[in-house]
Amino acid sequence: MDLNKKFTPETWPEKPEIATFEGKNKFVGFWLFLGGEVILFATLFATYIALKNKGPAGLEFSTQELYELPLVFVMTMFLLTSSLTSVYAMYHLRNYNFRKMQLWLGFTAFLGLGFLMLEVYEFVHYVQLGFTYNNSAFSSAFYTLVGTHGFHVAIGLVWITLLIFRNAKRGLNLYNASKYYTFSLYWHFIDVIWVFIFTAVYLMGVIG
Amino acid sequence: MMKGFKKWRLFALLTALSIFLAGCGQQELSTLLPAGEVASDQFFLLLWSSGIMLFVILVVVIIYVVALIRFRRSKLGEDHIPEQVEGSSTLELVWTVIPILLVLLLAVPTVYYTYKLGNVSAMGEVDEDGNAENLVVDVTAKLYWWEFDYPQLGVTTAQELIVPLDEKVYFNLVAADVKHSFWIPAVGGKLDNNVENVNKFYLSFEKDSRDLDEGVFFGKCAELCGPSHALMDFKVKTLPRDEFDDWVLAMQDTEAVTADADSADQGEALFAESCIACHAVSGAGDPDYMGVEHAGAVGPNLTTFGDRNRVAGFMDHDEESLKNWIEDTQKYKPGNLMPSFTDFTDEEMDALTGYLMGLTIEE
Amino acid sequence: MSSVAQKKGFGAWLWEWLTTVDHKKLGILYFLGGGFFFVLGGIEAMLIRIQLLQPESDLISAGLFNQLITMHGTTMIFLAAMPILFGFMNVIMPLQIGARDLAFPFLNSLGFWMFMFGGLFLNISWFTGQVPDAGWTSYTSLAITSPGHGMDYYAIGLQIAGAGSLMTGINFLVTIINMRAPGMTYMRMPLFTWTTFIASAMILFAFPPLTVGLFFLTFDRLFGGNFFDHTMGGNTIIWEHIFWIFGHPEVYILILPAFGIFSEVFPTFARKRLFGYTSMVFATVLIGFLGFMVWAHHMFTVGLGSTANAIFAVATMAIAVPTGVKIFNWLLTMWGGSIKVTTPMLYAIGFIPSFVMGGVTGVMQGAAPLDYQLHDSYFIVAHFHYVIVGGVVLGILAATHYWWPKMFGTMLNEALGKITFWLFFIGFHLTFLIQHWLGFWGMPRRVFTYMDGQGWNLANYISTVGAFFMAAGVIVLVINAIMTTVKNERVGNDPWEDGRTLEWATQSPPLFYNFPQTPLVRGLDTVWLEKQEGNKSGITPAVPIQDIHMPNGSIIPFLMSFGLFIAGFGAMFRLETAWGLPLLIFGLLWTFVTMSLRSVKDDLGYYVSKEEILQDIKHEGGQK
Repeated sequence: MDLNKKFTPETWPEKPEIATFEGKNKFVGFWLFLGGEVILFATLFATYIALKNKGPAGLEFSTQELYELPLVFVMTMFLLTSSLTSVYAMYHLRNYNFRKMQLWLGFTAFLGLGFLMLEVYEFVHYVQLGFTYNNSAFSSAFYTLVGTHGFHVAIGLVWITLLIFRNAKRGLNLYNASKYYTFSLYWHFIDVIWVFIFTAVYLMGVIG
Repeated sequence: MMKGFKKWRLFALLTALSIFLAGCGQQELSTLLPAGEVASDQFFLLLWSSGIMLFVILVVVIIYVVALIRFRRSKLGEDHIPEQVEGSSTLELVWTVIPILLVLLLAVPTVYYTYKLGNVSAMGEVDEDGNAENLVVDVTAKLYWWEFDYPQLGVTTAQELIVPLDEKVYFNLVAADVKHSFWIPAVGGKLDNNVENVNKFYLSFEKDSRDLDEGVFFGKCAELCGPSHALMDFKVKTLPRDEFDDWVLAMQDTEAVTADADSADQGEALFAESCIACHAVSGAGDPDYMGVEHAGAVGPNLTTFGDRNRVAGFMDHDEESLKNWIEDTQKYKPGNLMPSFTDFTDEEMDALTGYLMGLTIEE
Repeated sequence: MSSVAQKKGFGAWLWEWLTTVDHKKLGILYFLGGGFFFVLGGIEAMLIRIQLLQPESDLISAGLFNQLITMHGTTMIFLAAMPILFGFMNVIMPLQIGARDLAFPFLNSLGFWMFMFGGLFLNISWFTGQVPDAGWTSYTSLAITSPGHGMDYYAIGLQIAGAGSLMTGINFLVTIINMRAPGMTYMRMPLFTWTTFIASAMILFAFPPLTVGLFFLTFDRLFGGNFFDHTMGGNTIIWEHIFWIFGHPEVYILILPAFGIFSEVFPTFARKRLFGYTSMVFATVLIGFLGFMVWAHHMFTVGLGSTANAIFAVATMAIAVPTGVKIFNWLLTMWGGSIKVTTPMLYAIGFIPSFVMGGVTGVMQGAAPLDYQLHDSYFIVAHFHYVIVGGVVLGILAATHYWWPKMFGTMLNEALGKITFWLFFIGFHLTFLIQHWLGFWGMPRRVFTYMDGQGWNLANYISTVGAFFMAAGVIVLVINAIMTTVKNERVGNDPWEDGRTLEWATQSPPLFYNFPQTPLVRGLDTVWLEKQEGNKSGITPAVPIQDIHMPNGSIIPFLMSFGLFIAGFGAMFRLETAWGLPLLIFGLLWTFVTMSLRSVKDDLGYYVSKEEILQDIKHEGGQK
């Protein structure tokens, strides 16, 4: 593969992410990896649901009293919007428009960072209430499930930051196109998981 | 000559018989010599499934042996190229359908017995007078011993389960520390003592334990629970109903019994000084259950210690073993929670073991 | 190439093996690493059997015994059986589908080093005296109360090794999906490739639950989590579910590749196409699928209720059907063939009755009410050793003899091979057959000793004698391997002379780029077909000779795994030492930075020129 090969929007392949052999492998491999991640989160969800509201005698926390939907709603909006901006970025990837792609990815990272900071705020708030990781089985399960998701967001942020800066000067080529694309797959996956967390943890917690 | 031959024949017969019996294990703890309805049901399933499986093995072995004998290259010649058969739908259908039928033959009784043995609906039933119809025993497994409470009767004991013959006995199982599993092989399969929930099942005892060589059935812990998992044995005595009732009355009569520190019996005085905080000598009273400990229930209840079959669940039931045990509990049962007592003089130890061996309600 | 390699110094040689991304070299590393742990686990097994030789033996203390059984099980499953099978998959599977390497050579190396460092992490516990002791299943009420750091070694060591397995599983899947040679359709893939495919898919779905379970255990033990502490609202049964949702598929992850090995050995030495190839493939897929539906049959006595027990009992029995299909297909492959009893074939022949025994006792345990008696007794010990030793280990030994020439270029001595077989086979049945009866006679498993007078003495004695036969067999095998390596008699492409699949059309060992020209696959058993048509090379090339793109080696996988290794120690000693937390952070950062290095630094591989390839071909011609 020649990194210096120059493309124009006309010569740029329609699906640049799988235009190379390595890209194809990465594409299939990453989808499989996400399959494994689904099982990982499924296990975490199952454990959370089993341990929800469970604690030592006299546990003073319950999902109804603890969670605050407005904050979580804002977080959800941040993450959903970031998914949308990453879609725009991929649109520009396909069209060989590097600068616009980088811009939209920048928005994506920015929104992701906003989400993460709100999540940190949420956790700190709960800890201040006394709902620490060691408080109960409920707290352990909650922080582990939501925290694992947050950790995924953080990894995604580092990943996209590295990609944006590494390629800032040299632009798009077939080598990094598949890297950008797998990131966007990952980002959508994180978003989908959050939708489930929002539903199974927060909504069902407050209502159910 | 003839006589010698007859003797030889008798000897051979006895040998064969003993080998056959050895194949069944010992009556006290063999699943192959069921001593109750539950174990019999399970033994039937064992025979039934073994029969089906032996049939499968037989078919495989026949095809296997014939193929191995007939189709050797040494016979067919080095250059022989066999026909490259792809397969045979008929044959493949046959060995799909027949196994399905065999599995069904096993699945039907399996499902039937699963529901039968899992049925504990009669556990809480009472007769017209409000008395419980069935005996219930609460089994609490602790690091390496067993507590048996009889909540309906207000009686508690440890290490030796006493049950009436020829009726269903229902069990509530729980563990006080880590997970254990309650198993009396000759009487029926096991069920786990979990830490977070109570498991229920029933057994029925249909063989008098006095007819056994050891006089008791052997019970085991079947779940790895720490270093002395192997030594977490208990014993089971089965009594005819009237004798069981007598036993219960005798146990209830021990309500006021305690060890007196001022007793003239040196052993009793020592016991009151050193042991009674953990070990009760009264088998009556509110049963301890679900890990809620009352005084004297930290260690096994010793009301019937003198009547028991083993010391610490597995050592010979004599004063020497008892002394060894008291002096160095960790050596005999590593990881158990009883401290060792090394400060007793020989005389004191004699008195203490004498007292303990005299703790009996059997006359 | 080899002449160049010989001139290199030790440092260069070591560097080459530390940085290699070649699937054949990594396969050999997996094989040797797994072999090392196999011997270690075997020594643990011998100590267990020696302790149980007599009643009331006090040779080994109760605590040490529990450590031995835990490490024996964990080592054999995670560090011996799986890596050795990964080794064969690594070397053979790409050859069988006509690929140059795995899809992600870098990841392959990372997977190996994570296994190696995870395994070392686990076994370093022996030097600290704090060894895992709650059984390889590590049921949590015991595992979270176990004192010392023993269980931490278990949780963290398996976490590292397990993550490596997951990567390798994905790697195999992508390789098979994307990198098959022209004409190699799914239904022309050799059975070993098929079983690698299904086993990898099972790894992908079975290992994440293990990852989560091990994290829970680590959090509970080291970070104040409450997942399994019932006084804090936790629940130990969750661990049992998670463990067996992983653990049952794991058994099939081991046995399916062994099935694949035998599906290669039978046709080769019966000189006959595998009978019912299509049904074999579907049986494999079905077993893989059903493997995820039956985990609770390990939990019949937990008290899940009659309905759950009944459902899982019937589901379990259903697995007997596809397994039976496989057995009969192998029998019918032999039937009408021309059987040559070589060492690999001997193992295959020994496998059938052994595995059938293990299979039928599995169905018996599937009958839930009967399992109430058999569960956690010695019957279960007998059963799973019949499946794992009688199936997986015999498969591994068969493959060791069968593919040794392909991996190392020399043939193991056949006479010694047969001696190994007979010692091992007789020892195996002597050890484990009688244990079924020990279970019937009421002997629980995992007991460090037993009292006299329960009728178990003779059976235990026999069992221990058998174990010595098995050990002798393994020793003969090691001697055989050393002798063969010292003699170093090189062999040609197809030393068994009846090879049917593509690996037998490459050199032994293959060139580092495997095939000078990517082969064109014209049917199932393509090499056999070509040879029957008179094409001696066994290959019809699909492309002209052209430059070949190959990946660069890298030290980063080694460094990344090492970072996790030291982070593990940091996590473990976080609370009691001042350096624990800094070490944990340093280790994770180290891993992360090396990983980013990989991401940021372009690595485009290199090309092997057409001239070089032509020269290699010529060189090969000269050898003959």
